[in-house]
Amino acid sequence: MTDLCVELCGVKLPTPLVLASGIWGCCAETLVRAAREGAGAVTAKSCSLEPRVGHPNPTVLPWSGGLINAVGLSNPGAPAERDVLRTARGELAQLGVPLIASVYGHSVEGFWEAVRLIAQAEPDFIELNISCPNVESEFGKPFALDPDAAGRVTAAARAVYAGKLLVKLSPNAPEIVAVARAVAAAGADGLTAVNTLGPGMLIDVRARRPVLANRVGGISGPALHPVAVRCVYELAGALDLPIIGTGGVRSGEDALRMVMAGATAVGVGSALCGEGIGVFRRILNELEGLMTEEGIDHLADVRGCAHV
Amino acid sequence: MSSQPHTVMRVADLVPEGAAGVTLILDGALDCQPGQFIMAWLPGIEERPFSVMDDAPLSLSVAHVGPFTHALCLLQPGDRLWLRGPYGHGFALHGAHPLLIAGGSGAAGLTLLAKRARPRGDQVSVVLGARTADLLMLRWRYEELGCVVAIATDDGSCGLCGTALDACNALDGPQHDVLYACGPEPMLRAVARYARDRALPCWVSLERVMKCGIGVCGSCHCGERLVCADGPVFASSVLL
Repeated sequence: MTDLCVELCGVKLPTPLVLASGIWGCCAETLVRAAREGAGAVTAKSCSLEPRVGHPNPTVLPWSGGLINAVGLSNPGAPAERDVLRTARGELAQLGVPLIASVYGHSVEGFWEAVRLIAQAEPDFIELNISCPNVESEFGKPFALDPDAAGRVTAAARAVYAGKLLVKLSPNAPEIVAVARAVAAAGADGLTAVNTLGPGMLIDVRARRPVLANRVGGISGPALHPVAVRCVYELAGALDLPIIGTGGVRSGEDALRMVMAGATAVGVGSALCGEGIGVFRRILNELEGLMTEEGIDHLADVRGCAHV
Repeated sequence: MSSQPHTVMRVADLVPEGAAGVTLILDGALDCQPGQFIMAWLPGIEERPFSVMDDAPLSLSVAHVGPFTHALCLLQPGDRLWLRGPYGHGFALHGAHPLLIAGGSGAAGLTLLAKRARPRGDQVSVVLGARTADLLMLRWRYEELGCVVAIATDDGSCGLCGTALDACNALDGPQHDVLYACGPEPMLRAVARYARDRALPCWVSLERVMKCGIGVCGSCHCGERLVCADGPVFASSVLL
């Protein structure tokens, strides 16, 4: 009998699928709906201390490899987001689905202040988004590219937050394992791997200019998937921290691949494009079918088994 | 799909829509359901959702509301427009005597429905509401399609002096068996109550600030629903 429950940092998830940050999760109602539709944990959209409008449109575009986006971290600011999370948390608790808050800052102090406020909503996890590639023109290189900077942000958050702390890593880091070791040493309880790839750029040849208003944006979907699998594989081989494997997962097979690379739970984001929220149920059905076919009772039995 | 998200069409013709804006008739066609929308991009300016006013030739009606729609209103025949879509869930055809209720630029959201209903032999009635006569849009198109058109303006400068719903109450003719509405949300709420009180099936097309148009960013949420992916057409009960 297959059992899809997993345990992430000691917290039970009814299914291994996690709604990734930045997808759908901009309000309590949509987070709760994702949970009802099969997500085993839901991640809210990243919030910063101050409200942000984000970039002008076009901000998200479908292309043959998946999506490219430069939404630009639009959010209502930490005080307003805290209220959204409180509302969501109450309803999610009844469904037994944990809430992951996501925090972004453009300085160590910004992270610290935002984490302090978001912690008041008592989410099950706080995820530090140190890896958004879409705001470089404003704030410079993401913290996730540099082990020291990533460690400093994690330590600052750890100092004001006693709950479960996840750090979302970048596939663009020259040495992702070094970054992971730094955040682990600074007190992270788990990793989310990975954020979007790039930034990349699409140019419309008839318009003779980049299509995104921000010119560049993060790559997600199928084009990211093999990169994400490799990152999870490297991280799981080097560290003993639980990982939410995220990047281009759109089938049960993709989800099982992430687990075999070493992920404890599996993020789903861009796959909602086109298919909608029903994607969670479909992936779960496919995963269950594949587990039965392969004689796998629990995902924990095959976690990291591809390390040969 | 290619690595180029948009397709490009040129403006073939323009129809002025009084003080409201313009209808752009493009040089291509688009396979879509009534009520679906497309994202229109002017490079370097903006990208926004628009109702598909007509599918063949693809036509968009633009109400003049801000810098982007102003730029669209300045397009001339031969100018290019970048498009992606169609997106969302549109209207399904029900009944034999539909009543279409549109407010302002919402008129563009129901023309394709009228176009698809007429060949079935449906008797299509349309109520168009606007603040003033010169802000009425697309009356010509509904008349061209053979619909019975009633008008309401807030100031009485054309048709009945009152709301679109006042005009619905004043309608003669066949008993309507289904309602479709597109326009400002207060009007849609009133239509939803009108339909409930008469036990009529009713569908409405909702509008929200939309960014991606493809069910990812969540900016167009309406409660637990996303207008772009779950809608924009919903049963009117969502507004009650």
